[in-house]
Amino acid sequence: MVSTPADLHDKHDEHEHHGPAKGIGRWLFTTNHKDIGTMYLIFSLVMFFIGGAMALVIRSELAQPGLQFVHPEFFNSMTTMHALIMVFGAVMPAFVGLANWMIPMQIGAPDMALPRMNNWSFWILPVAFGILLSTLFMPGGAPASGWTMYPPLVLQTGDAFPFLIFSVHLMGISSIMGAINIIVTIINMRTPEMTLIRMPMFVWTWLITAYLLIAVMPVLAGAVTMLLTDQFFGTSFFLAAGGGDPVMFQHIFWFFGHPEVYIMILPAFGVVSEIIPTFSRKPLFGHDSMVYAAASIAFLSFIVWAHHMFTVGMPLSGQMFFMFATMLIAVPTGVKVFNWVGTMWRGAMTFETPMLFSLAFVFLFTIGGFSGLMLAIAPADIQYHDSYFVVAHFHYVLVPGSIFALMAAAYYWLPKWTGHMYNEKIGKLHFWTSTIFVNLTFFPMHFLGLAGMPRRIPDYSTQFADFNYIASIGAFGFGLSQLIFVYVLLTVKKGEKATDAVWDNPKGLEWTVPSPAPYHTFDEPVHVDRTVAFPQNNP
Amino acid sequence: MIRNLALGLIGIFSAGAARADWALNMPRGVTELSQETYDLHMMVFWVCVAIGVVVFGVMIYSLVKHRKSSGAEPAKFSHSTMAEVVWTAIPVVILLAMAIPAAETMVRLEDSRDPDMTVVATGYQWKWHYQYQDEGVDFYSSLARPSLEARRLGGNTDPFSVDNYLLDVDNPLVVPVGAKVRLLLTSNDVLHAWWVPELAIKKDAIPGIVNETWFRAEQTGTFRGQCAELCGKDHGYMPIVVQVVEPDAFQAWVETRGGDAPKFASNDE
Repeated sequence: MVSTPADLHDKHDEHEHHGPAKGIGRWLFTTNHKDIGTMYLIFSLVMFFIGGAMALVIRSELAQPGLQFVHPEFFNSMTTMHALIMVFGAVMPAFVGLANWMIPMQIGAPDMALPRMNNWSFWILPVAFGILLSTLFMPGGAPASGWTMYPPLVLQTGDAFPFLIFSVHLMGISSIMGAINIIVTIINMRTPEMTLIRMPMFVWTWLITAYLLIAVMPVLAGAVTMLLTDQFFGTSFFLAAGGGDPVMFQHIFWFFGHPEVYIMILPAFGVVSEIIPTFSRKPLFGHDSMVYAAASIAFLSFIVWAHHMFTVGMPLSGQMFFMFATMLIAVPTGVKVFNWVGTMWRGAMTFETPMLFSLAFVFLFTIGGFSGLMLAIAPADIQYHDSYFVVAHFHYVLVPGSIFALMAAAYYWLPKWTGHMYNEKIGKLHFWTSTIFVNLTFFPMHFLGLAGMPRRIPDYSTQFADFNYIASIGAFGFGLSQLIFVYVLLTVKKGEKATDAVWDNPKGLEWTVPSPAPYHTFDEPVHVDRTVAFPQNNP
Repeated sequence: MIRNLALGLIGIFSAGAARADWALNMPRGVTELSQETYDLHMMVFWVCVAIGVVVFGVMIYSLVKHRKSSGAEPAKFSHSTMAEVVWTAIPVVILLAMAIPAAETMVRLEDSRDPDMTVVATGYQWKWHYQYQDEGVDFYSSLARPSLEARRLGGNTDPFSVDNYLLDVDNPLVVPVGAKVRLLLTSNDVLHAWWVPELAIKKDAIPGIVNETWFRAEQTGTFRGQCAELCGKDHGYMPIVVQVVEPDAFQAWVETRGGDAPKFASNDE
């Protein structure tokens, strides 16, 4: 019954006839976790470029004072759509794509637990974003109230309003189904010897993330549904004139919104926790405390939401509570960073592209963490709030944070997915240009915010001109650098054949199957060599 | 269209730099609490720098010393309970040390009791309305005309030729120096936020809710800020200008505005 990875390797050669279907039907009707993972990843890359193009419209307009290219209303649509597309269209589906590809392979499962639902949860997404993007062509323009959709402003949206709400509902449904699938897969389909605490960090962080998704996506759905009924069915949940409370929306939104930011970073923690040990040639330092830290962060994420709202006029006691709770997040986040450094310490490091992106992640995410700690200090936050300091902060945790982790993951597992090594020189070029330009873009924004530039404005006073100009140069440089990544993807098939292990003795079940990974892996429960799969217990 | 875009982009990236004053840091401001806020900000900043120096220092040392190319052999350890307890406990202590002064400042920021005067500021799309409660003065405050002309898409006026581009209004808020000014904030339509960095005040103006904040400017001068909560297409065009003047000048200003004698000035005499 139980076979070793080596047996499995041979068996796969006999199973070649179980290949994918031919033509477009393969992609439309597939229930294969690898196909669906690939579709998620390609979809998110497309969305990354669409959202990135919008960012470049924003940075073009902001390159110098005065209006040069777009009207203020369209500018506001760009900031709104950029955020919605990057959050729900790029970062989240990219991590779901990684989960689809890697979780079954890391836990020794043949596929996701609910493969048909898996197909559905992907195919909802192009529909949702088709609807969202179509609002650009509607009377009244695309939504322009910010991705936070605060009422009453959001109720001034034109014809796009119900389409915005419906597309958010669809994104939510997709995320919830994806999360259920991931939880069921992890809980039920691990190979018998893989106890929960032995799971790889990527699987652990995704398990926690999936619970966050199930907990908060319905809350967002509820909030936007209340917006819908306020607009069309005469309710007054958020309308002061009818006895409602506009601030209540903010509480509900950020009860979703704060866990949401951890939904976008916890899987990134998981990715980096896979990569740093491989290239340090040392087991992950403090695996178990990393799990506890991720779980603590997830728990705390539910009780800090109002730190996004220190200026709305909360009672003093409320502000105190949210300030202290927010500061507390620094503790488990610090543990994570220290443990990554502990992993590198006295290792034998090499610096392939995935490692470079992971190291930049640790450096630059930590900078975003520092500005996060500053933002937690409520009296100072009153100055930072809604300024470019906040824009700098969340872009530091999301771009060199989440996006760099995604890039690291892509380079790390690309040989496993395609069976070929990518071009290391080009990969490093991609890394260095991205890292230089990402800092050129976002670091000056700290100064802008501290000097008093509000966010979400299409034009600004002349004293902000220099740093905006630098940020715009950085943004174009960063955008163009990502074309290098497309080149890497398009040319990867020309690279040399990858071995099964790909890297220098990496740990984890995914490295025991051939490269490229066969269409079906782990058809039977696999007996795992403990030194391979559970390195944390067997240094 | 595309040609214009291309030309514009070339223009942007050849525009050269450095024509106006710029700042790297938060202003110290002109109130006791703005200075306290600034001090808190700098304290947390230096704590972050210190932590950064240690963490990044260790990391960089490791990146230099523990590389395979320089012949490093990987160690075998995978955890150290002692180290983990230490680096959980130390941050807790640092956080406590920061939380205490932050909480003290927070308490003072919220203490708007016994004001010398009260102004109701109401946000409109896209201007502010100020009503002095005791002085009987009220007026709208909108973007000043020179900025209004220079802000147009495709306009011919260079923003650099306009004084205080986008940060100037027709009717500024005038308050006496040294007076504790209580600001009551509300909105007529959507959310706005009243932000003047040098007074260290930012508070949302929300329809149906009256928010309260306060400041006591300790020196005269003109202090500029902007709406800080997205409020629609002209969100970037509803600045706030506060003129802090001597009590006599304030009284004279109230009289020219046709209001009653200011309570603050009379108390002061």
